[in-house]
Amino acid sequence: MTRSLWLIFRWPLLIAMVSIVGLVSALVGDGMWDALSWATLGIPAVGFSAWCLRPFMQDGRRERQ
Amino acid sequence: MRTATLKGWLWVHKWSSLVSMTFLLMLCITGLPLIFKDEIHHWLDPHPELGEVAPGTPRPTLQNLAEQALASRPVGHVVTAVSFEEEEPDVLLVSTAATLDPPPNAPWPGQHTHAFDQRDGRLVLQEPPAREGFMYVMQRLHVDLFLYEPGMLFLGVMGLVMFAAIVSGVMVYAPFMRKLDFATVRAARGPRVLWLDLHNLLGIVTLMWLSVVTLTGVLNTLAGQVARSWQANELGPMVALYKHEPLVMQRAPVDAVIATARQAAPEHRLISIFYPGRTFSSPRHFTVVYLGNTPVTSRLLTLALIDAKTAELKGFVPIPWYAKTLFLSRPLHFGDYGSLPLKIVWMLLTLMTIVVSGSGIYLWLRKPAGRKAKVRSPTGANEAVA
Repeated sequence: MTRSLWLIFRWPLLIAMVSIVGLVSALVGDGMWDALSWATLGIPAVGFSAWCLRPFMQDGRRERQ
Repeated sequence: MRTATLKGWLWVHKWSSLVSMTFLLMLCITGLPLIFKDEIHHWLDPHPELGEVAPGTPRPTLQNLAEQALASRPVGHVVTAVSFEEEEPDVLLVSTAATLDPPPNAPWPGQHTHAFDQRDGRLVLQEPPAREGFMYVMQRLHVDLFLYEPGMLFLGVMGLVMFAAIVSGVMVYAPFMRKLDFATVRAARGPRVLWLDLHNLLGIVTLMWLSVVTLTGVLNTLAGQVARSWQANELGPMVALYKHEPLVMQRAPVDAVIATARQAAPEHRLISIFYPGRTFSSPRHFTVVYLGNTPVTSRLLTLALIDAKTAELKGFVPIPWYAKTLFLSRPLHFGDYGSLPLKIVWMLLTLMTIVVSGSGIYLWLRKPAGRKAKVRSPTGANEAVA
């Protein structure tokens, strides 16, 4: 199946929009605005980093077995 | 996308990445400790405790402290500025040097900082600016490669090339993902396919952040130009009448200047008073530097001129749009505007960028053997890569 541009870019687009919210919110104010920024920038960063590390963790596990 | 167009974008992606990659890696690595600059400074170089001052201790005049600082320096040195610190409101910083302004593209000769306790006039610290040490090296490499403004501008150009790599990366992302779900990471098909997937995924999720950090970094390299334009277009006309006057030596005490400055803008935070005779003051005026008090305006400098003889307010210097843009873009580059958690996120995104860059180099070095120009794409369709 060949995917349309929309299918290819819908997730990247969402992440980009969420990133903009995070980049701007901590500029606007402190407290809740900072927290919003930590969440919107931090959750995707931590999530995708963990996702990308998974193959290496599995490798490690397989080697130990 | 037509094959020729795709080939073109791949070419742009390859070459813009290769050209800027060394600098991108250097900027990421030196940038990591710079994110935590304040924390590291506090840890490595804690400010001396100010201690208790006995009640009834007479406060010295700040003029007296400035004179005391100057007297400790070689004859011919001058006071260039007095400054205040946000965290230590009792401290007065007096800056002295051999010349009123730093020479272009060279260290400022004789530069010295004297920190006084304003309550009793005790000298807390007296030192030249750090021109060695880990953080200094990181900072200089990151900002100007030890080459002053030419180095800054060079890094600015590299930033633009990097941005071309980001844009072309997005353009070539689509054809690679035609037959793959978002965030597919194929671990079982060999290291090249794995690293290609990681490169694509981490590249596309850090896209917005890296674009913003890259472009605000490019803006920062124009700081010298911004300062010169601001001086020439806004401050210059206000002091044109006095430009050729001799430097006023019979000055009001700096305490009076500070009092006027505080009164003129009580809603602003007073940062610094530049002494007369500098590029950013005039032979007849002190220049007061303020920051605002809200999260946004705390990044914006406001300047005011104060008559050196009478300590009267001459007026505020308008801040042009390009200076505003520069000041507001800075936090977006430094990541220092949402306390420690945001700095940690900044660090993580920097590490992800290092992986994107490193995996890109790996993919370029490890073109499948025997097929230099044509590479079987991960999905089996032929795509030109090299």
